[in-house]
Amino acid sequence: MTPVPSNPSGSNTVLTPELTARWDEPDSFTLAGYRRAGGYRALPKALTTPPDEVIAIVKQSGLRGRGGAGFPTGVKWGFIPQGDGKPHYLVVNADESEPGTCKDIPIMLATPHSLVEGAIIAAYAIRARRAFIYVRGEVLHVVRRVHHAVAEAYQAGYLGENILGSGFSLDVTVHAGAGAYECGEETALLDSLEGFRGQPRLKPPFPAIEGLYACPTVVNNVESIASVPYIVARGAGAFAALGTEKSKGFGIFSLSGHVTTPGQYEAPLGVTLRELLSLAGGVRAGHRLKFWTPGGSSTPIFTHEHLDVSLDFESVGAAGSMLGTRALQIFDETTCVVRATLRWMEFYQHESCGKCTPCREGTYWIVQVLDSLERGEGSDADLDKLLDICDNILGRAFCPFGDGAISPVVSSIKHFRDEYLEHSKHGGCPFDPAASTLFAGRS
Amino acid sequence: MAFTDQERAELAERAAEIIARYPKSRSALLPLLHLVQAAEGFVSGDGIAFCAGQLGLSEAEVTAVVSFYTMYKRRPVGEYHVGVCTNTLCAIMGGDVIHAELRRHLGIEGDEPTADGKVSVERVECNAACDYAPVVMVNWEFFDNQTPESARELVDGLRAGADIAPDRGAGRLVTWREAATILAGYPDDQATTGHTAGQPTLAGLRIARENGWTPESGGGADSAPSAASRERP
Repeated sequence: MTPVPSNPSGSNTVLTPELTARWDEPDSFTLAGYRRAGGYRALPKALTTPPDEVIAIVKQSGLRGRGGAGFPTGVKWGFIPQGDGKPHYLVVNADESEPGTCKDIPIMLATPHSLVEGAIIAAYAIRARRAFIYVRGEVLHVVRRVHHAVAEAYQAGYLGENILGSGFSLDVTVHAGAGAYECGEETALLDSLEGFRGQPRLKPPFPAIEGLYACPTVVNNVESIASVPYIVARGAGAFAALGTEKSKGFGIFSLSGHVTTPGQYEAPLGVTLRELLSLAGGVRAGHRLKFWTPGGSSTPIFTHEHLDVSLDFESVGAAGSMLGTRALQIFDETTCVVRATLRWMEFYQHESCGKCTPCREGTYWIVQVLDSLERGEGSDADLDKLLDICDNILGRAFCPFGDGAISPVVSSIKHFRDEYLEHSKHGGCPFDPAASTLFAGRS
Repeated sequence: MAFTDQERAELAERAAEIIARYPKSRSALLPLLHLVQAAEGFVSGDGIAFCAGQLGLSEAEVTAVVSFYTMYKRRPVGEYHVGVCTNTLCAIMGGDVIHAELRRHLGIEGDEPTADGKVSVERVECNAACDYAPVVMVNWEFFDNQTPESARELVDGLRAGADIAPDRGAGRLVTWREAATILAGYPDDQATTGHTAGQPTLAGLRIARENGWTPESGGGADSAPSAASRERP
């Protein structure tokens, strides 16, 4: 048995697998496997409930977007104007690409039908006749599995005309992306789906009013949509009973990096890294925690001081970061924080879509300055320069990419200013990169 | 290279099917580009002209889209295109060493293929498999927890034509062009094959099972059991 951490709520349950509960069954990705585990039982219930009531149930559940922003899903659905005479669209954002985030890919590999069932319910609620699953192109087997699930759902009568005799009809198109982080931003994703470069749109109008083809559109993350069948089948209260007051329900926490047992841990929002690490065997043997991201590289880094921060939207925000996608990347003391930050910034520079100047130019110059710091050629003044560039991106970029991009820079300087300066004193990086690898000391 | 009349006719037939999937034709551009990449192995000037012609766009409009997305290649890559994740977490866990070692071992400088046309290597961004770091991809299939040695053996095997399956992915590794066909929306028959949930994927579930933890035991649903406990001994 794995040691059980103490839990102040009384129940000693730390993990609450629901989305992940079928992942070890060899046929979990098939229609038969999903049905055997209770799948497609929410659908008939939803289709016999008035659409507005389905929206109300999702609102009551407190489900907030699992793609990082945390906007209440039911509220988003409620923004879709009804009786407007325009086609409505549901677009599933399956373009998972925030560094550290690795939860939607396993959902789609193991239980793509949870996504399909959730999408049918969501489309019914917002009265959409067409849905698109915009899936990341760079994971081929996910593309296969999602296509397969959609085809099975058509054969079973869950998609197509007059679904289960309800009078509701839905067609789903699986659309593979072509490699662009920015397409994770919902309006950039819509431009990409319309066949353009994936660049963000000015908001307002929001997608709920003018989204795909300038029609009312809901864009939801995979995990958000996959949580919907549970909420409909079990009731809003069942979901809302888990989590914290304002961050309800369960979510997948992804541990990676210098941890003994990396992987997917599904828990109520509000679990702490200390609890999760104790289940995951702690930081890798012989090492100690140095820094970590609570929600991917776009969320300011935390240190050991934040082990007991409740991982919910409010508490992580109050502690100076963001819950994001619950992508817990763990780095031990062998890791150079300057190297880590430089690499993240090279990513942002590479992926900046180029539409707005602060992000396009700012990320470029941050990389130049960080590179000289990492090589030991920087100075104290360079840190001020970095913070000044960041200040000129924050709140001035066209989309949230810019604000996210500066997170690792500002937070690493805040927590590890001395380490930056060590590089110039040392005339280079004082760390041995070989010590950080998975295969360190093996040969 | 120019398409033959027969190739062009076959492409046009599929292009019509792809365009029919969307309410507006331009939405078909990304899958059409995957389609022409499947035909030639990369997106050539002819491929761009073909897509433009199908959609009533200018070649400049199509080229602007091609250059935005990293998966479209303007030059040939290997039959097996190897992507080494060198985003921060994988880089630190060993991706940088693996990438350097593959370049050295294969004697290639950039993303050009080896002389036999079999293998090319590029650095890729985070591919959502961080719990298996460091990760290497071949034609967009996962090879997990790699080391410089395992990656070297992998590319040697690919060049030798060995029977190689990804750690998580289809039972049979497809070629670069076959992969592009799938991305255009024509999946092969391998959806039900392969191994997809390794130990990290199941890490939390295993612990929850050992402890009898479910959403209900956590104070969630209090009536019928959830998927976690349904139909389990």
